[in-house]
Order: sequence, then C-alpha cells, then structure tokens
Amino acid sequence: MPPKQALTPNAGPPPRDVVAAIRSVSKVYSLGGHEVKALDNVSIEFRQGDYVAIMGSSGSGKSTLLNVLGCLDRPTTGQYYLAGQDVAVMDDETLSRIRGRYLGFIFQSYNLIQQLSVVENIEVPLSYQRPPMPGGRERCLKLAELVGLSKRLGHRPTELSGGQQQRVAIARALVNNPHVILADEPTGNLDTATSHEIMDLLDALNKAGRTIVMVTHENDIAERARRIVRLRDGRIESIAEVRREALPAGG
Amino acid sequence: MKFLQQLRLGFRSLLLHKLRSALAVLGILIGVTAVIWLVAMGEGVSYQAQQQIKDLGATSIIVRSIKPAEESSRSDSNARMGISYGLLREDFERIVTNVPTIGRAVPMREISREVRHREQFIDGMVIACTPDYFGMNRLKIARGRAISEIDMTSYANVVVLAHEAAVKLFPIEDPLGRAVQIGQEFYVIIGVAAERSAAAAIGGSLDARQYDRDVYIPLTTFRARIGDRVFTSRAGSFQLETVELTQITAVVDDMKEVDSTADIIRILLQRYHKVVDYAIVVPKELLEQAETMRAMFNVLLLLIAGISLLVGGIGIMNIMLATVTERTREIGIRRALGATKGEIVQQFLWETVVLSGTGGLLGVLFGFLCGPTVNAVRFGVRASLPEVWAALPPNIRNLEPRLAPWSIIAAFAISVGVGIVFGIYPARRAANMDPIEALRHE
Repeated sequence: MPPKQALTPNAGPPPRDVVAAIRSVSKVYSLGGHEVKALDNVSIEFRQGDYVAIMGSSGSGKSTLLNVLGCLDRPTTGQYYLAGQDVAVMDDETLSRIRGRYLGFIFQSYNLIQQLSVVENIEVPLSYQRPPMPGGRERCLKLAELVGLSKRLGHRPTELSGGQQQRVAIARALVNNPHVILADEPTGNLDTATSHEIMDLLDALNKAGRTIVMVTHENDIAERARRIVRLRDGRIESIAEVRREALPAGG
Repeated sequence: MKFLQQLRLGFRSLLLHKLRSALAVLGILIGVTAVIWLVAMGEGVSYQAQQQIKDLGATSIIVRSIKPAEESSRSDSNARMGISYGLLREDFERIVTNVPTIGRAVPMREISREVRHREQFIDGMVIACTPDYFGMNRLKIARGRAISEIDMTSYANVVVLAHEAAVKLFPIEDPLGRAVQIGQEFYVIIGVAAERSAAAAIGGSLDARQYDRDVYIPLTTFRARIGDRVFTSRAGSFQLETVELTQITAVVDDMKEVDSTADIIRILLQRYHKVVDYAIVVPKELLEQAETMRAMFNVLLLLIAGISLLVGGIGIMNIMLATVTERTREIGIRRALGATKGEIVQQFLWETVVLSGTGGLLGVLFGFLCGPTVNAVRFGVRASLPEVWAALPPNIRNLEPRLAPWSIIAAFAISVGVGIVFGIYPARRAANMDPIEALRHE
C-alpha cells in the first residue's frame, strides 16, 4: 500500500483543541506466518470535551485501536498525536510517562490492586508522576467524595461491590487530571441498574469538560456518547453524531 | 518518604502470603544466624589459644629436653647406667655467652615427685629454677618471698608452693615457715605463689598446662639433693635417666629478633647434640600459626555460611518468581497507569530486599543469642550428662563465643545483597511483560 501521508488533509501536528489525533494508523500483526491487519489506515481526531463510543464486532480492531490510543501499543505505520507530540515513535519509558501524565484508564474488570485500600488505589497513578504532583492525598480524597466513596476509603477492593469498584477505578482515572479518559467496556461486568449509575457518572464528567473515549458493544451505552465510531475489519465504517435530544432522560 | 512508602508497600504485598514469605525469611535468618554463630565460636576458640600463647610471652624462645627414641639416645648404652639425654648446663652457658640478642635466659629442671606434709600429700611437680624464673613466667608471690640468689649459693632447702599445692598440703595451718618432705629431704616453705589459670603447654601443643601441683626449689639445691640421675617409673618398670636441664627459656629484647635468635640456638645445639634430644618452641610462631589457623577457619566458616545464604537466596528467588506470575495483572495495571519498567523492577526489588532484610535483621537478633545459648547448652550438659561433660576437652568446656562486629555487619550486608542479586531476575521478568498481555492475564 502506498504511503497515504500526502493524501491526509491535516498532516503535521493538529490544532490545539484537538487533544488526540491518529493519522493513517495501521497495525499489522504476524500470526502463524501470515500478516493480519488489525487496523488499516485509520484516521480520527478527538477534541477537548469529546465523548466518543467505539463500536464494532469482535475482531473489528476496536481493542487494537484502544491499545494504540492508550499508548500500550505502537502503530506499525502512521502518527498518533497526544498533547501535541507524536507518540508513535517514542520509546517504552517515554510512553510510560505519557500514559501516566495524559491518560486515564477505566477497564471492564475494574483492575484495582487487591492489597491496596480504596484511597491508595486512587493514588497509584500519582506515584508514577515525574515530577510529583502537588497535593496528591487531598486530591484523592476529593475524588473519592466525587464518586461517592468517601466513607469507604480504607476498604479493600474485595469488600466492595462491582459498581463501587468501578467508581474507584473512575476516581483513579481522574487523579492525574488526564487529557483523555479511555474506557474499555466500562459496564461490561455490571448489571443494568449499576451500568446506568456508572454511565451517569461518566456523562457528568463529560459535561464537566472531560474527554472520554469508550469501547462498547451495547447500543444504549454507546448512545450516551456524542459520536459513535463504527469499525469493521480494521477500517472506520462510519462516524455518526448522536443527536442530543435523543439522549434518554436522567443523568 | 518515597523510601518508606516503598518499604511499606513491599511489606504489605508480602503479607498477602504470610506463610510463604515467612519461610523465605526463615531461609535467610538461618543463614545470617549461622554466619554470626560460627564466627563467634571460632573467634572464641582462637582467642583462648592466643591468650594461652601470649602467656608464654611473644619474645621468648623455649628449648626443652625431649627423650629421643630408645636406640638413638646419647647414652653410654649401658643398660645399668640408664640413658642420658637433653639439655646440658654447658648448653645453657653456650647459649647465654654466644647469642648476643638474648636479654635473659633461665634454666629449669623439673621432675614429678610426691610432696608430703604429715598425712597430706600431693603428686607434685618439682620445678628447680633460678630467681629469674618467677619474673619471666609472671609468677606472682602471694605471701612470703620467692627464691633468692642467697638460696642458690647456699644450696638452701627452701621451697615455694603453688597456690593449690599450698591449699592441699596445709588445709588449715599457715604453710609459711613449715616444712614439706620431697623424697628424703625436708624443705622449708618460704613463699606461696598467687593463683594462676592454666596456660598453653611448653611442649608446643595448645593443651592447657596446669600449675596447681608446682613446687619451686633452687636449681642448685636440686642438683645437690636430688641430682641429675633420677629414677622414673614407667609402665611398671624403673628406669634411670640422666637429665641436666629440662628447659631453657630465653627472652629476646626485640620481638623482630625472635626468629633469627631461635635459628642461632638451633644451630648451636645441633653442633653439640648428635641426636635431636631437644625441641625449640617459639610462642611467637605459635601465635602466627594460630592467626593463620584463625583466618583459614574464618574463611571456611564464611564458606559454609555463604552456602546457607545462597540456599536462602534461591528460596527468595523461587518465591519472587511465583509472586511475579501471580501478580501479572497488577504489573499490567501499574504499567498502564504510568509505571516504567525501571519502576516495576524497583518495586519487586524492594520486596525481595524487605524479605531478605527482615531475615537479616532477625538473624542478627538471633546472632546475639549465641552467648546465652552456649551457656544454656553448657549448663544443660553439665547438669544432665556429667560424664559427657567431664570427657569434653577444656577448650570446649571453657568456650566463650566472641561476637565479631564485622561478622554481624557482613552477614546483614550479604543477606541484603543476596536479596538484590536473587531479586533481579524475577523483577526484570516482571518489568519485561507486555502490558497488554499482563492486563489480560487472569
């Protein structure tokens, strides 16, 4: 495939209000001798305050896209601008610092550290900030209050319900004041009622100006977002704006 | 602050598996305690030996008569005349006049004889010596006086008793001025020596020499009253032996000249003695030998202790590898949340250091229990197994372990070092995991 850089309209660093942008990103895995294209020339931009749901069947490349966006994986070709820097060419240590500084992660299975208490789990990303962030502990307490867990600061993850654990994870994703929050099936392990509570929390965060990119396969969850990106076979099939008035009441 | 946090985190992660961590700590604990105890006991034994040798004097050279093998003796080869061997008075004169580096020299003759006072008697060791003998052997007179030059020139029948000999012969009365019988003769007691502990034997071995049966008489008196030719009973039969001097002790002024002086004495004696019926003992050499022995001993002990620490280290590595596998997911989470590989390595290294450091600290604590433990074992053996106790050599019975500060520091440092060395591989394995794979790990 010929290089598409020249055809891309916005080569070079994106405008300032674009917090994250991938340009002509492809990701090729070699599996059992033949190559598999997990992402094929994908370009997408996320603006400050964006709320994007990424959808697609399994194998469509949505996990790979999220890994690339999360700086956990590097694209085979193409650029990824995060906070104005091309992170596609960075080494492992710099990528770790970028993750800790600019990104917040929310996982399907919460991924809290078992031996740490609620407040210590929220604090984990702060221990990897270089230079250290001032006012760490107070910030954690404030966030615990924001997600409604200020009475359970000393509890261990095993002592919390699934919804409570996900709230801790959300507080943890906010503690480093990230440019983008990446959520991978945030309600996948939760019942409907709890799912709605968690989504309400994310909606509120977005209204407060947070940029959220979320992978989901549930339509009602995806419709909470402002835009829905559909992937198929590693390509963007469609990008659709969600009409605001179509949002369900409540939240 | 950061340091304390890491320490605390390490402790808490290890507390997830209390038994497993405790076993790893135990491995290191045993290693560290072994180092400290073994070194302390080794130091105790060699300290004893050194003290005994030092009592002989580092600047002295001891020449002793030794009975040669039967056939080769310098005898008149007349069975009735018995054998004659050993150092001669001429040898003493030759050594004193020909060796300029010698400051003082003391001749001495000793013989085993019964010493009697009325019904009390002891199997005594008669030491015939000159007045210098007391000063040279640091023999203190508790009461009365030592042998004098006048006693020597007048062939006086006087005797100085060792403390224990005096106590045995005169349990109630004051021995001063009274007489004891040695052989056919009576000797007036002029002094009693102060108490003295056993020291290394003159023969060159490090067995303790007891002083408690010694009685001291003038050398001239010995020659006049007892003579050079003495009957000794050996294996039931009597034998006639002619020995002029049992021992010559020479003291050199400068410690540097001890070895060369000993060589000169050796050459001198070789010229006049056809057979080697004497032995030259240099306490300084013994001291050096003891030092070398101690160093070798310590190396050996460190080797043994090192092996036990190595085993402890392998235990730690094993546990850390299991921990890393178990906590793959945590590693993935931390990597996603911004931890670099270096920070993951650090985290797991801290855990191993907490493990091995805890083992090291506890090991040092147990190390301090070495003295009390030895005392307790000694007490137990003496109380419950008296025969075993009596059969033990005095070096063991009197063993006082001496804690060596260097061994405590070394043991602790090595234990932490072992933690780091054996922690590096598991920690690197943790750090090199692919974060995506690690996050997927169940």
